[in-house]
Amino acid sequence: MTARDLPAHPLPDGLSQQEIDSEVARAQAAAEPGAHHPPRDYPPYRSSHFRHPHRSLIPVRDPEAVELSGPAFGVTDVTALDRDLTAQHAGEPLGERITVTGRVLDRAGRPVRGQLVEVWQANASGRYAHQLDQHPAPLDPNFTGFGRCLTDDDGGYSFTTVKPGAYPWRNHTNAWRPAHIHFSLFGTSFSQRLVTQMYFPGDPLLPYDPVIRSVTDQAARERLVSTYDHDLSVPEWSLGYRWDIVLDGPCATWTEEEGDA
Amino acid sequence: MSHAPTPSQTVGPFYGYALPFPGGSEVAPAGHPDTVTVHGYVLDGLGSPVPDAIVETWQPAPDGSRTGLPGSLRRDPSSGKVIGRDGVDFTGFGRTPTDAAGRWFVRTLPPGGVPYLCAAVFARGLVHHLYTRVYLPDLLDEGAEAADPLLQSLDAERRATLIATRTDPRTYRFDIRLQGDDETVFLEFS
Repeated sequence: MTARDLPAHPLPDGLSQQEIDSEVARAQAAAEPGAHHPPRDYPPYRSSHFRHPHRSLIPVRDPEAVELSGPAFGVTDVTALDRDLTAQHAGEPLGERITVTGRVLDRAGRPVRGQLVEVWQANASGRYAHQLDQHPAPLDPNFTGFGRCLTDDDGGYSFTTVKPGAYPWRNHTNAWRPAHIHFSLFGTSFSQRLVTQMYFPGDPLLPYDPVIRSVTDQAARERLVSTYDHDLSVPEWSLGYRWDIVLDGPCATWTEEEGDA
Repeated sequence: MSHAPTPSQTVGPFYGYALPFPGGSEVAPAGHPDTVTVHGYVLDGLGSPVPDAIVETWQPAPDGSRTGLPGSLRRDPSSGKVIGRDGVDFTGFGRTPTDAAGRWFVRTLPPGGVPYLCAAVFARGLVHHLYTRVYLPDLLDEGAEAADPLLQSLDAERRATLIATRTDPRTYRFDIRLQGDDETVFLEFS
């Protein structure tokens, strides 16, 4: 048991942005320097309070662990249209058409081939096609906002979509999520599983958002922000963003020499 | 040279129209006589059910193979709709969103070679997913328990959180407690 002195209650409802910013600063000061992932106990994101374990994770070092293998996906699991989120309805969605392209790699820099990438996002107005999203921004009948693809032999993926809008949420007063696209990724092993969010460069909301700030290390946070790549923009059609993804965790072919300490 | 990993972020509240897919919980080929059901609740630190969590499972096939097979999300190329697994291949992968009561389930075949299913839990409020294991008591005779390095590393009380309870010959209960005195054992791989 590694019980710590944990606050019994989450932060109260209705804190100001300034109050949340102080909590963000406090959490950052308490965090492990250089941590790659957010601490699961992250008070400024209030709904984390009752949803994280208090005890330490148990390290599994068994080379025979099943988690060092993982599920497979193939041509039966995706269709050619799944990567184009603008082509799922009769008409064109509203918004700024973009392509998001990148590579999925493991910690050794090797491409993750033939694996499933799933994305979902709000529409250009900042509204999800989810009935529990009651933000008073319009739904777009021509946009659902999810897509899938398999990585190619180079680990590459690509989606065509519209740039999602920012939207409010109730973590604190005047809380707004910066524009983001949710990503779900599989590696060669189940232990490499990743669900994350991609952000856009220069978004003025990034410093105010406790979700991206839950990644307490600045260099790690920057790895969640895509790059505008003019060479990926298509004349008179779409703007291009690049975002490479590195999956953490040991994979099936991981060896001592390749692992870092 | 080691590449720095992309950080995790919460799955959030609005994945419901994207990640779940029809038949996600039905890993066993329909009607297979060896099918077992594992079900339970995902519970938070107050003991309240978590209605916006996703549980994924991964396991070897009954013959012990760990390569998995494609086809968990098999699609109809003409309509794009998910048409479900083909009833022949055992993909080894399951995905279940908890329902409004916080309950999850998977119907599968017992794994070959090991006594457990691997599980990953995602939820709103959880900034980084959690791994655990569902040990099936029927596969866990004394020898298997003594040979399992993870179970052997845990005291009896903690070990018990990883072992499903058989409620009838082919049904097992496995609650996932994210926090609290009887918190589930969660794992890390490094």
